[in-house]
Amino acid sequence: MKTLTWFKAALASDIPLNGGACIKYKEIQIAIFYSEDQKKFYACQNLCPHKKQMVLSRGIIGDKGGEPKVACPLHKKSFSLISGKNLNNEDFQIKTYPVRLEEGYVYIEIEE
Amino acid sequence: MSSDKKINLVIIGNGMVGYKLCEKIVDTGVKERFNIHVFGEEPVPAYNRVRLTEYFNKSLNDLTLAPSNWYQDHQIELHLGDPVLSIDRIKKIVVSKEGIRISYDKLVFATGSSPFIPPIIGTDKKGVFLYRTIEDLDKIKEYAKDVDKATVIGGGLLGLEAAKALLDMGLETHVLEVAPRLMPRQLDESASEILKGKLEDTGVHIHTGKSITQFSGNGSVNEVLFHDSSNLPTDLIVISAGIKPRDELARDCQLEIAPRGGIRVNKNMQTSDPDIYAIGEVASYNEMTYGLVAPGYEMADIALSHLIGENKHYNGSDLSTKLKLIGVDVASFGEATELKELHRTIVFNDKVKGVYKRLNISVDGKYILGGILVGDSKEYNKLAQMMKNNDVLPEDPSELIIGRNAEKENILSLHDSAQICACNNVTKGMIVSAIHDNNLGSLPEIKSCTKAGTECGGCIPMVQEILDAVNQKKGLNTRKVLCEHFNYTRQELFDIIKVKNMKTFNELKRHYGKGNGCEICKPAIASMLASAWNDLVIKQQHIQDTNDKFLANIQMGGTYSIVPRIPGGEITPDGLIALGEIAKKYDLYCKFTGGQRIDFFGAKLNDLPEIWRELGHYGFESGHAYARGMRTVKSCVGSTWCHLGVQDSVTFSIQVENRYKGIRFPHKVKSAVSGCVRECAEAQSKDFGIIATEKGWNLYLCGNAGLKPQHALLFATDLDSETCIKYIDRFLMFYIKTADHLTRTATWFNKLDGGIEYLKDVLIRDSLGICEQLEQEMQSIIDNYHCEWAETVKDSEHKKKFRYFVNSSSYDPSIQFRDERGQKVPELSIS
Repeated sequence: MKTLTWFKAALASDIPLNGGACIKYKEIQIAIFYSEDQKKFYACQNLCPHKKQMVLSRGIIGDKGGEPKVACPLHKKSFSLISGKNLNNEDFQIKTYPVRLEEGYVYIEIEE
Repeated sequence: MSSDKKINLVIIGNGMVGYKLCEKIVDTGVKERFNIHVFGEEPVPAYNRVRLTEYFNKSLNDLTLAPSNWYQDHQIELHLGDPVLSIDRIKKIVVSKEGIRISYDKLVFATGSSPFIPPIIGTDKKGVFLYRTIEDLDKIKEYAKDVDKATVIGGGLLGLEAAKALLDMGLETHVLEVAPRLMPRQLDESASEILKGKLEDTGVHIHTGKSITQFSGNGSVNEVLFHDSSNLPTDLIVISAGIKPRDELARDCQLEIAPRGGIRVNKNMQTSDPDIYAIGEVASYNEMTYGLVAPGYEMADIALSHLIGENKHYNGSDLSTKLKLIGVDVASFGEATELKELHRTIVFNDKVKGVYKRLNISVDGKYILGGILVGDSKEYNKLAQMMKNNDVLPEDPSELIIGRNAEKENILSLHDSAQICACNNVTKGMIVSAIHDNNLGSLPEIKSCTKAGTECGGCIPMVQEILDAVNQKKGLNTRKVLCEHFNYTRQELFDIIKVKNMKTFNELKRHYGKGNGCEICKPAIASMLASAWNDLVIKQQHIQDTNDKFLANIQMGGTYSIVPRIPGGEITPDGLIALGEIAKKYDLYCKFTGGQRIDFFGAKLNDLPEIWRELGHYGFESGHAYARGMRTVKSCVGSTWCHLGVQDSVTFSIQVENRYKGIRFPHKVKSAVSGCVRECAEAQSKDFGIIATEKGWNLYLCGNAGLKPQHALLFATDLDSETCIKYIDRFLMFYIKTADHLTRTATWFNKLDGGIEYLKDVLIRDSLGICEQLEQEMQSIIDNYHCEWAETVKDSEHKKKFRYFVNSSSYDPSIQFRDERGQKVPELSIS
């Protein structure tokens, strides 16, 4: 059976402006980003599927034709922060998570 | 498959393939479904037989694939020195030599092969050995101590390896091959002729077409006799004349055997008894046995997938090989020698250089069927790839093996089907039509649209050349704008930053850009801002490229490496002790860099500020190994110690390194100072290099040792130190202002119209009237220098940026290390 949990992940002020941070939920590592331009938080898996490295929270965020994305710091594979789709036309997909802001904290919805 | 009842699996054979099956069972997490018994004939656990030759100068441990306790740890019962002697297929029981009886649900034959012993009289004499097991090698090693002459029977892959081992032991070594040529299965006559010549140059004596009748000698062998009545004196003989599958046990229990030997298997690796599998050299698929390890591994994978109810099939293996035989490149792929169908052949044979290349192509000239490369096999990957993918050949396929004739030929004259990106199989035609159809104007757009250049990046220069050529044809002036967010070139943006006094990315984007930015414009502009103002890069941490973001080099596994600056490579004993103490405290792997410094690896993100606080305490500054900036100024010891030196190269290199340290450039910059013309510091391979003369210094510019080595060119001679530095100031600032992002000085130089004379005009004769400005700008960056690590550890806000998790103080739990030669190295497996 699936359950959905809103996990209180971090203080909003701990997520750098236009940058990323990594949080731990049980054994899962999740990258959270804040885009100043969009005034929005995004969350996705921290593991880059290309070389299986725990690095996406350390990537550069930006957009491609308006679609918010993160580029892996190792080989610059880009992923949409909305759909998780790889934006270099490659066969990679990452998991993204719904995020909401409440009383100064970032919450992530996790399905278990 | 029910999960409560475990399958009793018996594996006969603990060679490389038998072990691989165990390893795959453990690695894929299905071990819980099996009780496993492994029977091995040899007294030691599986070792790397492919590297057997290395055993001559290594210990067994180096070759062992997994120690005995690995099997214990994973509850695999390993019976060594205890071969299975019989199988009762009705009762499903195996019985071993020691009398162990185990019943099985599934049985796997991985018994491998044994050497084929040719029918020659005297193979039982003392001094005649096989070349197959560790025990064989031990015996050869022992016997070789007291003899001078050795002979290898068999000129195939393994025989030539054995010859190399014997040669290394100092023996006069002969190779006898009954076929008229070496490696008859892989090479044609001309190729083996070239190989023979090359091997003979190394000292191996090769005799082909020699039919042997007898090994003679009284007790011990002392000569080989041939059919033609000639003879060859020898003290030791190693037989390596091919293999035969170890299928005797399978014959005993009446499994189906292929006519040329080997247990017959289907595409699931099942034998004629569906509960019994065969993998590796003992298996015969489609009447073929495979004497290589890669097909064996593939078979292990297929057998396992069938055992756990998955659906992978075996379709035969590709036998293409590329290897170095006694220092000679040899590659053979596809249908190399025996061609079934009609074909055409292109041959390049350079007997002087010892290079032979053969390409077999289909009659219509469209496809590669196979080929051979000897002496130079650098095209192997590309060609084997084209063959596998059934790529259509260019109009003139010979260019694939002999290179393009005219260096400066327009790239658009290539055939549309010519492959540009081998990794993603993108052709010239695909790139050209992508540019036209989607109106692409930049390299990143082409990469994203066609995938060309996204893997190894080796083809990027060609892709750029195609883009430039297409634009030129369209009559467009090639203007490389940064990316979709900035419609300016790097040079234009750098001017804007300076003239409009822009200090941050956001400011620049607000006025001159659009969108949110991306991984191209953010680091490029970060670098320009740093070059222009030399402000602390960590203040704008999130526009920095990976390594600048944390002021350290990210490495595999997500840990970082740290390089403290050691100007000129000069260091005190106390400095060395301090580095040692710090490395020990934080458990860091240590290695010398190519630039006379010490590199610490395996630092965890959270520890970086603390490590740097301690380094700073002992006076070490950032070495900027992570930056597109000044790296090292290498030096030789110079006239202070060396009786050949004519100037004090160490003092000058320290002065130069300290002058430019911390400055960001379009790409990294390396330098060196040599104290005399012998050039021990290798200054001519650097972005700028300085070589001492009796009268002063010669300055060389725009060399490179990396991807495309290129000697630096002599720019000015017999300079005094002050003038030399003045010229370097001008040169570096001119480079900062005019080069594209990520362009090394050598690449930048190669695109400059007018070459070195133009640089002399601008930087010595001041033809553009900018020299004074260049010097001033350089001085102002230099005056702004601060060690960015010293600044970072001072400020608690900056230090916070190095937390791995923001909601936990723990380290990255996915980082694992293992020990190698007494130091830790990353274990690269993330589940």
